[in-house]
Amino acid sequence: MATALAPVENTSGGAPTRPARGRGPSPSGARWWIVLAFVSPFVVGFSAFVLYPVVSTLYYSLTDFQAGSYRPVHFVGLRNYRLLFTQSDNFWVSVRNTLWMVAVMVPLRTAWAMLTAWVIIRVKRGRTVYRTLFFLPSMVPVVAAALSFIVLLNPVGPFNRILDLVGISGPGWFSDPAWSKPSLVLMALWASGNLMVIFSAAMLDVPRELYEAAELDGAGTLRKFVSVTLPAISPVIFFALLTGMIYTFQYFTEAFVASSSSNMTSSSSQLLGYPANSLLFYSTELYQQGFSYFKTGYASAMAWLLFLVIFAATVIFIRASRRFVHHAGGGR
Amino acid sequence: MTTVDVRLTRRQVRRGRRVLHLLAEHAPAVAVALCFLLPLTIGVLTAFMTQHQAGTGALWPSPWEFGNFRKVFSAMPFGRDLANTMLYAGLSTIGTVISSVPVAYALARMRWKGREAFFLVVLAAMMIPAQVTSLPLYVLYSHIGWVGTLKPLIVPGFFGDAFSIFLLRQFFLTIPDELTEAARIDGAGELRILWQVLIPMTRPAIAAVGLFSFLYAWNDFYNPLLYTGNSQSGQTLAVALTELAKNGHQNAYELQMAASLMFLLPILVLFFLAQKVFVEGITLTGIKG
Repeated sequence: MATALAPVENTSGGAPTRPARGRGPSPSGARWWIVLAFVSPFVVGFSAFVLYPVVSTLYYSLTDFQAGSYRPVHFVGLRNYRLLFTQSDNFWVSVRNTLWMVAVMVPLRTAWAMLTAWVIIRVKRGRTVYRTLFFLPSMVPVVAAALSFIVLLNPVGPFNRILDLVGISGPGWFSDPAWSKPSLVLMALWASGNLMVIFSAAMLDVPRELYEAAELDGAGTLRKFVSVTLPAISPVIFFALLTGMIYTFQYFTEAFVASSSSNMTSSSSQLLGYPANSLLFYSTELYQQGFSYFKTGYASAMAWLLFLVIFAATVIFIRASRRFVHHAGGGR
Repeated sequence: MTTVDVRLTRRQVRRGRRVLHLLAEHAPAVAVALCFLLPLTIGVLTAFMTQHQAGTGALWPSPWEFGNFRKVFSAMPFGRDLANTMLYAGLSTIGTVISSVPVAYALARMRWKGREAFFLVVLAAMMIPAQVTSLPLYVLYSHIGWVGTLKPLIVPGFFGDAFSIFLLRQFFLTIPDELTEAARIDGAGELRILWQVLIPMTRPAIAAVGLFSFLYAWNDFYNPLLYTGNSQSGQTLAVALTELAKNGHQNAYELQMAASLMFLLPILVLFFLAQKVFVEGITLTGIKG
């Protein structure tokens, strides 16, 4: 406080007995009704659109509630959770597919963003042009991006045509169960420009002296990257992996569009996993159960489980990464 | 004569070396740029192909078909859906900014009991997956007759968005305490400090938050799918584009790409107008987050 006040006294021309505070604010704190007025939008919004639904979902998950039906609602205890673990094949398929994406897409996307950032900061002239080009795809709305990739990667489409030119016979991509998830990974790499921007900013923040010291010790390019760059940007790697993991647990739009729009057969209700349930993810299965079949109780159990898993995974990840993340100066 | 020749070749060598240097500097970046540009280029070119040509792996339109963009309007109610998208994105952005700024101010510049706990609640709200809230919200919205309208998309925006509050708080904290304290000692109320000191100094940050929330709404697929999905009057473009792909136009790649391009265009314009704001905003989310 003292340092904050010092320049003020200079500008207002003296009055050393200033600390006589008649009106509310300052160290003692703001008046409660002013604070309440300022934070009231979030208090109302949080209660109505977060707290109430989160608690309701927990309650629904313990009942056989079906939205839109007039059937009386019964309390069924943990039956919905038991059903998930014992009687639902689709549930486990969706879990496996989602974990596959977390394990493959998240690290690859992080590595690709890191690589492209590394490429970009080594360019001296014209860096902003490249940055714009690398960043541009991440601005494309997910729906439009997914539709373009369906066109690009259709079995007789342009990408396979290009592969043909170099003598590779391309796979069926979105229509082949073995290649549908890798197709989504390609799309995620393509749209990783926002992460690239964060990485390149972090890399440019690495003090030059560190590189110079490494050079004096005879370190090559790769050695400098591993020993200087990587530790310095480890907080950003941590951020990218964590947010990527949370995002992928809830992976929805890309999967929904890719599986429903690349499906050439008539639009049936079973279109959300096409092809062969390879694109059935946790959130698309939840959507199907909750909003196509209106098994609200069952879908609520899925939702709460997802919530718990994301929470637990986040805590575990933060704990585990403490050892690897380097904090310069120990702050933050 | 001979000396001149030698000098010439030396210059050539030097020039050759410079070209090699330039190549070494730019080749990786050009290669990566091509990877990023390929899907975009194919998508744009497909929008100019005839139905016969699109999807056959053709890489260049021949002949160029400029009528696809007009055809989009007969294949789907593009104008109506565009109006809905603009209404959603525009109104929810205005709502988010005017409701989040005061909350962020209270977190960054006012001292009160429970502030830290309140901030933790904001962080927690950011982490809660949409799937956990959407089932009861759907029930609630259908009870009050909001399903099939744009209200479930627009109204929540007016009650503070956790991510925007968090970002704005981080921005506000970068403004030195001295400035707001000076205004306070001169007898300015909180509202005046916010309006006359803080907002003018953080205008680019507020613009970034506004842009993010506009983009979020423009791209949002999940919420419109749930709450306006089956309605006749309220459909946003993100959902309508996928409907176009399903409703008898499965193979009409050229129409899908033409419509996607029209959907993307406003975002591209916005991006080129405000690239700096985007890049700085994203950098900040990464470093402070």
